Amino acid sequence: MAQVSSIAEEQAPNPLSASKSVLLRISRFNPETDESNKFMEFSVPYQKWTTVLEAILDVKKHFDHSVAVRYSCRQATCGSCGMLINGKPRLACFTKISELNSDVVTVEPMNNFPVIRDLAVRFERLFDTHHKIKPFLIRDDTELESNEKEFLQSPEELENFIQFANCIKCGLCNSACPTMTTDSSFVGPQALAQAYRYVADSRDKGKDSRLDIIDESHGIWRCHFAGSCSQVCPKGVDPAMGIQFLRGYLLGFRS
Amino acid sequence: MKESTIMKIHYGTALASVGLVAVHILMRLTTGFSDSLSYENVLANYQSIPYVVMLELILILLAVHGFNGLRVILLELKQGRVYEKAVSYGCVVGMIALIGYGSRTIIMTNMGMS
Repeated sequence: MAQVSSIAEEQAPNPLSASKSVLLRISRFNPETDESNKFMEFSVPYQKWTTVLEAILDVKKHFDHSVAVRYSCRQATCGSCGMLINGKPRLACFTKISELNSDVVTVEPMNNFPVIRDLAVRFERLFDTHHKIKPFLIRDDTELESNEKEFLQSPEELENFIQFANCIKCGLCNSACPTMTTDSSFVGPQALAQAYRYVADSRDKGKDSRLDIIDESHGIWRCHFAGSCSQVCPKGVDPAMGIQFLRGYLLGFRS
Repeated sequence: MKESTIMKIHYGTALASVGLVAVHILMRLTTGFSDSLSYENVLANYQSIPYVVMLELILILLAVHGFNGLRVILLELKQGRVYEKAVSYGCVVGMIALIGYGSRTIIMTNMGMS
């Protein structure tokens, strides 16, 4: 009988047999009612493919639906679910719990952003600085007036900026930037990387106006090249490299 | 003045200072180290016009570089229109005052008024 029972146990599908559990610590903070944040802890089962976002949504579904988190695409495209995961800015949908090699996963809102509630932060400053650097092609002519229907570009010209066009505006670079912490007027690595993206675009004619915008007391020169922006970028944009290229234009090394 | 112009001056003064301070330190090797810092030898340095010009240049370069560095640090520390203007003008005044006082010392020593 014992042998049969054992076989029966082996054959029975058990969905949790391969899963482990992790202690998920979620920062809770409501600026309207709380003076400081506190952490709530949940034991959450996970598989090797479970992402931190899925674990948070599991908590919302089974333990506490009031946890505030912003998310949308779940595939590192929309840039909504940026947060501090075990102290490092990451996308929750792009971070697997199994890759963290820790029994405890602590999630907090991103640094350098005002908190709306819990893990959700305000993006106004990021969008303002992004808008400030004119994130669009500037030309004297327009597509409607031109004889050509497309602004043609060679593969080599595309190569100059395509890496910087991958920015999803998740804000992880601004969260990691030490200058953003102390200088509330600093334009930030996200906007500077996007400035380079358009300055390096052969179709764009707005280089001088963009360089004027970032060449001010809280502009590009306040970057200390810590490089943390490039380290945390989930899309491989490398804002620090873009900033150095832009400095090359301003110092006369590039034209 | 554009920030890029200020930063070009900042980098230029740093590089030039390194060169001139290196010459200044190498000059100490012409005599023994302790002798070079004796009162009479220090005063004698100020009688050489090329050396005095170099000291004056070092003073100007380091004052410009140092006070601009201080301005940058203070601008990152706190923001605000009035504060930033106060910091910028304050640093210019401090720089001029330091260069003025240092130049006075160099000129007086050169003229034997120590």
